[in-house]
Amino acid sequence: MSFTKELIPQSPPPASVRTKPLDLIRKRLFGSIGSAVSSILILYLLVRFVPPILNWLIFSADWVGSSRDDCTSGGACWAVITARFRLFVVGFYPAEDVWRVWIVLALLPVALAFALVEKIPFRRYGLIFAGLYPLIAALLLAGGLGLPEVATSKWGGLLLTLVCGLTGIVVSLPLGVILALGRRSNLPAISSLCVIFIEFVRGVPLITILFMSSVMLPLFLPPGTTMDQMVRALVGISLFASAYMAEVIRSGLQSIPAGQYEAANALGLSYWQSMRLIILPQALKIVIPGIVSTFISLFKDTSLVLIIGLYDLLGIANATITDTKWIGLSNEVYVFTALVYWVFCFSMSRYSLFLEDKLHRGHKN
Amino acid sequence: MSNLKTDRKIDYSKMHVSEEVAIQINQMNKWYGQFHVLRDIDLTVQRGERIVIAGPSGSGKSTLIRCINRLEEHQQGQIIVDGTELTSDLKNIDKIRSEVGMCFQHFNLFPHLTILENCTLAPIWVRNTPKKEAEEIAMHFLEKVKIPEQANKYPGMLSGGQQQRVAIARSLCMKPRIMLFDEPTSALDPEMIKEVLDTMIELAEEGMTMLCVTHEMGFAREVANRVIFMDAGQIVEQNEPEEFFNNPQSERTKLFLSQILGH
Repeated sequence: MSFTKELIPQSPPPASVRTKPLDLIRKRLFGSIGSAVSSILILYLLVRFVPPILNWLIFSADWVGSSRDDCTSGGACWAVITARFRLFVVGFYPAEDVWRVWIVLALLPVALAFALVEKIPFRRYGLIFAGLYPLIAALLLAGGLGLPEVATSKWGGLLLTLVCGLTGIVVSLPLGVILALGRRSNLPAISSLCVIFIEFVRGVPLITILFMSSVMLPLFLPPGTTMDQMVRALVGISLFASAYMAEVIRSGLQSIPAGQYEAANALGLSYWQSMRLIILPQALKIVIPGIVSTFISLFKDTSLVLIIGLYDLLGIANATITDTKWIGLSNEVYVFTALVYWVFCFSMSRYSLFLEDKLHRGHKN
Repeated sequence: MSNLKTDRKIDYSKMHVSEEVAIQINQMNKWYGQFHVLRDIDLTVQRGERIVIAGPSGSGKSTLIRCINRLEEHQQGQIIVDGTELTSDLKNIDKIRSEVGMCFQHFNLFPHLTILENCTLAPIWVRNTPKKEAEEIAMHFLEKVKIPEQANKYPGMLSGGQQQRVAIARSLCMKPRIMLFDEPTSALDPEMIKEVLDTMIELAEEGMTMLCVTHEMGFAREVANRVIFMDAGQIVEQNEPEEFFNNPQSERTKLFLSQILGH
């Protein structure tokens, strides 16, 4: 029995396929007895616990005061944050020069916007500005060219956390790329050098690296030269992060099919051209989640500089809790610190999603 | 297999084999570890020749043409392309690669670049062609392979046959003097084989020197001026297509032909 049939034209889906929001809630939350029970349980827990938490956090909190004795209403004592706000943001940076920090912090979002957002007016000049930003920031913060010098031992709080975190991020990405390419190199000298570095650094805790950079590095430097304590921490953090970054990037390089290398070679592209134009753009795109994970853990790991005597955000928090005026307010101080870390880490994570989405558009295959 | 999947009339007027030597391979040997993959290969290709290399899988046909642009390294013997000998000298390798185009079984387009960017990349970076001019050249060849309207799409949005035609256009943008094809139709649906073969025939009609590893015996019969049969890393037999198909000499060739043409 053979037959032929006319082509059926396209038609819209039936009404049952399109669901109204209310139906969706009923279906998802109360679709079965099990899901109805768990929905009701979760609702109960929300009603039971969210109001008291909000009450403590906001409604019956004290916002201003000069010591913990001013906090009388029974809620959170945010006075500890507002009274010591400058300490949390800039540490012991001298008051008469603190405007320099404000400029640096105000320019940071501008530089980030130019560097990270593609469709932004004046991007060509913006990129130059973003490239110069670290130099501008270093000059303003440390002093020089007529500005009085401020020793890095005075830097602290969020400022120090950002300096350590952003330096680590900016240095570890290119260094990680070079180490990853080096590890895959055909030249045994280069590849074994990279393997030794990566495996050594990954095999020791960051604390050890920070101790070593703080205690051992001066032994290797020529006598008489001194190296700033914070710079040593920055070197340690950057090297530590780049070893991890190298392995993340290497996993991306390995996922690129051999055919891509061959096609690039067959067209006559040199090694560096094919890496820059063909391999790295694809490999880095694949490992964006891994790269951002590394950035996030690096940003949080910077709190370890505490142990070599630097007062970053967490260092200031710890000092605050033991301050006689504010003693014992660990809940407030740690909640605030956690919130600050979370804001930065969450922003990074959202940016990575945005970037993945943007790079995927058009050529998903 | 025996029928060429094209109905066009082939124009032989410009298919002219000159005396000039394009590729000279002398006593070439290659090993993968202990495995002797190419054995005593001697081959001279004159300019304008269309050579089809056939043979069972694992016979070394792909390896042979991949040695010609040094995607694989040979360990013994000589390969001379356009008067330049392939040695470990990177300068020579780059020179040869920019004059020898290659198409792969799996196209190997760059998925993160548009079709146009795929085509302009090498001219811009290897030949230092200005971007505008490179784009004009690219559009010229995309028109030639009949997909100029896809120029701003990404490879993932194209069908296999279209991707392979882009790959051919990408190679042509470097104005190569020799084209290598490594099983260009093996990864394609039957419906798309024809469009790629048509593009290859057009190239042959313009007098391009071509080496094709392919199982398309119809193409070999109609377009090639020489068919090379390889087995176990050796060139077993070579002849004009007419003779090769109708009057094969070696037992191995006869067996191979009976297997692929027999049904």
